[in-house]
This record gives sequence, C-alpha cells and structure tokens, in this order.
Amino acid sequence: MAMVLDEEQSMLRDAARGFLTDHAPVSQLRKLRDSGNEDKFDRATWAAMGEMGWAGVLVDEDHGGVDMGFQAAGLIAEEMGRTLTASPYLSTAMMGATALGAYGTTSQKETWLPKIATGEAIMAIAVDEGRKHRPQQVATTASKSGNGFKISGTKTFVADGGVAEQIIVTARTAGGEGEKEGISLFLVSADAAGITKTHHDMIDSRNSVTLSFDDVEVDGDAIIGEIDGGASPLNHILNAGRAGLAAEMSGSAQACLSMTVDYLKERKQFGKTIGEFQALQHRASHLYSEIELAKAVVMKALQGLDSAPEHASLMVAAAKAKLGQVAQLAAQESIQMHGGIGMTDEYDIGFYMKRIRVAEALYGDSHYQADIYAKLRGF
Amino acid sequence: MADLDTFRMETRKWLEENCPEEMRHGVTGDEDACWGGRHWTFKNDAQRLWLERMVAKGWTVPEWPVEYGGAGLSKAEAKVLRSEMKRLNARSPLDSFGIWMLGPALLKYGTPEQKKEHLIPIARGEIRWCQGYSEPNAGSDLASLMTKCEDKGDHYEITGQKVWTSYADKADWIFVLVRTDFEATKHTGISFILVDMDQPGVTTKPIRLISGKSPFCETFFDNAVAGKDQIVGEINKGWTVAKYLLTHEREMISGMGDAMGRPIGDLAAMQIGLEDGKLEDSMLRTDIARLEIDGLAFMAGMEKIISEAKAGQGTGANASVLKYYGTELNKRRHELMMDSGGSEALTWGAEEDIAAHWLRTKANSIEGGTSEVQLNIISKHILDLPGA
Ligand SMILES: Cc1cc2nc3c(=O)[nH]c(=O)nc-3n(C[C@H](O)[C@H](O)[C@H](O)COP(=O)(O)OP(=O)(O)OC[C@H]3O[C@@H](n4cnc5c(N)ncnc54)[C@H](O)[C@@H]3O)c2cc1C
Repeated sequence: MAMVLDEEQSMLRDAARGFLTDHAPVSQLRKLRDSGNEDKFDRATWAAMGEMGWAGVLVDEDHGGVDMGFQAAGLIAEEMGRTLTASPYLSTAMMGATALGAYGTTSQKETWLPKIATGEAIMAIAVDEGRKHRPQQVATTASKSGNGFKISGTKTFVADGGVAEQIIVTARTAGGEGEKEGISLFLVSADAAGITKTHHDMIDSRNSVTLSFDDVEVDGDAIIGEIDGGASPLNHILNAGRAGLAAEMSGSAQACLSMTVDYLKERKQFGKTIGEFQALQHRASHLYSEIELAKAVVMKALQGLDSAPEHASLMVAAAKAKLGQVAQLAAQESIQMHGGIGMTDEYDIGFYMKRIRVAEALYGDSHYQADIYAKLRGF
Repeated sequence: MADLDTFRMETRKWLEENCPEEMRHGVTGDEDACWGGRHWTFKNDAQRLWLERMVAKGWTVPEWPVEYGGAGLSKAEAKVLRSEMKRLNARSPLDSFGIWMLGPALLKYGTPEQKKEHLIPIARGEIRWCQGYSEPNAGSDLASLMTKCEDKGDHYEITGQKVWTSYADKADWIFVLVRTDFEATKHTGISFILVDMDQPGVTTKPIRLISGKSPFCETFFDNAVAGKDQIVGEINKGWTVAKYLLTHEREMISGMGDAMGRPIGDLAAMQIGLEDGKLEDSMLRTDIARLEIDGLAFMAGMEKIISEAKAGQGTGANASVLKYYGTELNKRRHELMMDSGGSEALTWGAEEDIAAHWLRTKANSIEGGTSEVQLNIISKHILDLPGA
C-alpha cells in the first residue's frame, strides 16, 4: 500500500488541521480546565465534528457514515493530538463504531450507528478493573437473570465514561479470572439503575471515570457478538483505540518538536541563538528522526486495520509501543530545551506532557504493547 | 499491469532455470560473495556460471541502459526482478562499489566515452573499484583534503595519501578526490578523477581492524599517472560529483538497518530457549522486542521516505535520517546478538562469525559520514537551525 496520502486523505487532513487550529486549539482545553467544565469537552465543537462527518468516519454509508477507513480516522486523531482537542472521538468514532459496525446485531446497528455518525450518541468502553490494562483479567460478572443478565463489578479508567450515553462493558459469563474464554461484551445504557460513576480529576483534564455496576439488569439482546466469545472482538475494538491513540500521540509529538524548534530559533543566551548550540541541535535532530519513523509505523498499523484487521495486532502493538516512547521523549525533550519557561503552566508544553502520559497508559502502555508484540512473535 | 505480470512469470521461469542451486542461499560473509575484477578467482563453478548468466541478461545492473551493460528495466520491473530473486533466495551475482557508487555518478556526470570505457566492465564484473575519499586529516571534514593533482600537459600526476580505502588491495581502479586548485576555497578546488591502480605510483597497505580483518587500506599516490580524459564532471567541480555519490553510499549503508537475516527474536528463542512461551531471559526479551519494533518502524519509515521522494514530497535530507537511524539500529541489533549468543559468541570463528560482525558494525555509524555529521545535516537542512 502506498505510504503517501492520496488526494482525499490530504484534503481531509488539511481540513481537520484548519478547523482544529481555528476552533479547538490548546487554549480551548485550557479554558475547559480553568472553567471547571463538568463534561470536560466542548459540545459545540463536537457537534461541528459530527456535521463534518468525522464522528462517522468509520460508519458505513447505509448507517449514515462516510466510511473512510482507519487511515482517515487516524489522520483526524493525529490532528487532534496536534491541538490537544478534547472530545469523545476516540471512544465513539473509532472504538464504538468498530464495536457495533463489526459485531453489533442488526438492531444495535440500526439504533446506534446513525447516532454515532452524527455525534449525537457518545460511547465509552469499560474494560480495565485495576490500575493497569489487563483486558483478560475480568472479575466483573454477568449472571443469567430471566431473559437477560445482571452485571456486577467495577471498571476503572473509563475514558469519556462520564458523558457517554452507552457503555460497552466486558463481563465474565463463564471461565475463571484471567481466562480468555468466557468474556462477553454488553451494551449498557449509562443511566441504567445500579451504575455509580466516580469522576476523576485527571492530569490531562479529560473525562475519565470509575464505574461500579451493582446488579445492573440488561436484556439478552444487549450482548455484542457471541456470548463467552468476546475476547477476539474486544481485541479488535481495543486495537482501533490503540491505533487511534498512537496517531494522536504522533500529532502531539510533532507539535512538541515544532514548538521546540521555533523556540531554538528565538531564544538567545551567551549572545547566541540557542539553536546554534550543537548539543541542542543533535537532540532536536534525534527527536525528528524518531518522529519520522514513528509516523510511518502508525501509518502501517492503520493500513493494517483497513486491509486485514485480524492480522493487524502485531503492527498495532508495535505502533503503540513505539509512539508511547517517542511521544514521551518529545514532551520531555521539549521541556528541557525550553528551560524554565517549559515548566510554567502558562506555557502549553505541560498540557502535551500530561495528555501524552494518559494516552500512553490508555488501553495498554508501551511495556504492555511490547510484551504483546513479543508474544505474537513467539518469544 | 498485465505486462508486469508477464515479466514476473518470465523472470521467475528464467531464474528457476538459470540460478545454480549453490547460489540459492545467502552469502556467509564478504569472502563468500562475488566481487569480480582482473584478479578474481571464482570460489566455484556455480559462482562463475551465475555471474556469466546474469551478465548476459544485463541483470547485474538491471536499470542501466542496455548500451552500458544493463537491461534498461523500469523501476517497477527491477522491483519485480528483486522480489523474484528474493523468492528463490538467490544471492546477488556481483557485489561492487562500481555498481553501487561510481556507476550512478558516471551515469549522471560522465562523458559518453567515460561511460563506455567504465560502465561496461563494471556491469560485467571485469574491473573492481574502490573509493579514495578520506585522508588522514580529512575525515568528517572531507573537503579539507590535500592529495595533489597536477596537469602535466598530456596527463595528470597525483601525489598524496588516502586512508580507509575499502578493498584497495584487491581493486583495479580507484575513484579519487584530489585538489586541483590550491588557491581556491575549500570546496571549489576539488576534482573527481579515475585512476588505474596497476602502476608503480600507486601502493596500498592493509589496516588491521578490531574485528581482526583487514579489508581497509592506506593508499599512497607517488607521482601516479592518470589520463586527461579521466576527470568526471568539470575540473574543480568534483565536490558536486562527490556529494551525489555520497547519497548513494548512504542509502547502501542505511540498508543495513533492514531486518537482514533471521529476526533476532527467533534466534534468541533458539539459543536461550523459552519458558511458558516467553524468552527465558526476561530483560533481554524486552530489549529484543524494543529493537524489533524499532526495526519495523525503520522499515516503514524507509518505505515512506522513498514513496514521498517518488511523489515529489518530503526532503532529500531524510536520507540522513535513514543513515543515522539504520546504522545505530544495526549496532544495537548486534549487541543483542552478542547477548543472546552468550559465551559461545565470544570465540573467534564461532557460528556465523558473530563476534567479528559485531565489531565490524561499530564502523557503520562512522563510515559514509558519522552519526554526528548526519545529525548536523538534519539540523541544517530539515530543522533549519541557525549556524548548523
Ligand atoms: C570501516 C570503515 C570503512 C570506510 N571506508 C571508506 C572508503 O572506502 N573510502 C573512504 O574514502 N573512506 C572510508 N572510510 C572513512 C570514513 O568516511 C571516515 O572515517 C569518516 O568520514 C569519519 O572521519 P574520521 O575517521 O577522520 O573521524 P573524524 O572526522 O576525525 O571524527 C571524530 C569524531 O568527531 C566527530 N565530529 C567530527 N566533525 C564533527 C562535527 N562537525 N560536529 C560534531 N561532531 C563531529 C565525529 O562524528 C566523530 O565522532 C571508512 C571508515 C571506516 C571506519
């Protein structure tokens, strides 16, 4: 597959960059944080994204989407990473759309995909139960009750869980904790009786909650995919999120580099522009090299999800592992090369560093991904 | 497309019929490869046959014009040929600095006579070339070179010393950077000249490296003679030719970051063993996974940078990214291979001569422009930093 953007993709990227720079730059996130906004994203901006078709980027045309594929979806995520735009894009347009589009029943698709495509319905994915991402460690149970199930358990680190209308939850319908078999996926309304939300004050100022389920009743048709067979769809859904996060981190890393290079050309010390110091030139050039290659591996992962999602896990793991490291390097180097000013809240770099930390941890950090990579490679 | 498919089928058939069995596995080292030249002795009949057959097809230099010993293949056809050779695990019939470095420079800057005289013997593996760039006092700062070249009316006369000349003791001709104007500024008094080494004025002395091998030489020019028609490009404008050639050299060296041979994870699994499906050495396992991931990113990056170049996007200086990253990666890979090999890797002549290869990789980030020099290029030409 070509490793350059086609015309349609280039247009999308330019449009996304233009819109986000004008309407949702870092100052928007700062304002959301400072005003104590409860949603932690801007609903008007999200509605505009829905109108532009972004929320439906992975939804098929029959259900009101634009169906442009993962490479396009990744471009949008990358641009959002550049501007640090807070929105439920990842959990809704990338993961929610993948979950329902690929594994939903006809009725789930008909009900939810058109609303996802317009941005009207926000989704969240509730997977983790502890402090680390361990998608197979599922202690949450769904036990048969009448025609349906009763779900009980606690889910941590649920991105956009505080604003979602529907939540995709993993629960055990069979097997023991840690087993792959016996995990099932449920689509649960966020206002169902028995769900308690605990909001967290996250370092990246975004929406994230802990959800506890106390005998939450759902119908039998709330299952997504096969009962007991949720592990493989879950992996696909998580891969959509991981690739999206890798793309987002790529955008953030590029923004950090570009801010830093600008500063190197501006700041003077010892009677020189600091960019003249070779120690800094080499650090910046090393970072540039890392980012160039990182962009390429993200592209490969997104292309893999487009062409053969069942074989994409290796490249997705590689991409998220790589970007977790490169984006953190970018944020760290960026602060160091800015000197003291980089440490101030007034300056934007801190926002990047904090968001990258969260994106790196979400759906499996770089260590987790490297471990998955090695397992898939057979060592 | 249909044409390309036909070409693929024909190529596959021809290779299957013509590539000798012994040539269907990788070379084990420099000594096992075919380098050609006046004094070449073939290791076996298969090596000779393979070269002769490929020469007859023009496939030692598939993209060069037919009149200069090539086959005039398009980029797409050449790619098919490469992939079909890979499919059969067919080795390269001829390794050659003439093909990799001098050829492209001659095709761009040579006169028709120079092309005829030199390209055909290169394509046929009859003349072996070496590169005379570096001098004891001109390494990274190559343009400060001082080897003197004087116009003696009907010929040029060269005096001076080169160093690090790879395979100079085995080569027939050398392409040399010389100073033809000592008054001019550093970069403007340099010329690019071709010299026959079979003369008393040229002597070579091998340098022994840490790897125990001596493929590099000091090359001495003592009133050596070169023909008036052997300057490539214009006199005093050799720097342009030299730089063009360097980009080809860098591409060649950065190709080493490419996942050559068996992926290291598989090698380590075999050498160290698995425990519950994981490499028994968990710390090494992490390092290997990280290395392989960086290798994937490197390969993807190389593909992307090449696609961008073809589409007229991106920047030429990205070749420095590949040179820098690819060589550093190759060094890391060999460190891990030594880790994986344990005490068995610590003896000379062990399987695949791993220790010698490991030591040799240390030069990857020095030869063809050091890593620091690549970072300087990125700083200047990509990041546009002041004073870079
Ligand atoms: C195995 C091997 C094969 C080679 N093959 C050939 C060949 O076939 N033909 C040929 O002509 N040459 C060849 N070379 C020579 C090679 O191109 C030079 O070694 C190389 O350009 C570095 O020059 P130097 O060794 O003089 O190191 P120096 O230039 O003296 O460098 C010493 C150190 O200083 C650093 N440095 C120098 N300048 C700067 C700067 N401006 N900014 C920051 N750091 C700097 C370097 O990066 C390095 O770390 C070969 C070298 C090796 C090791």
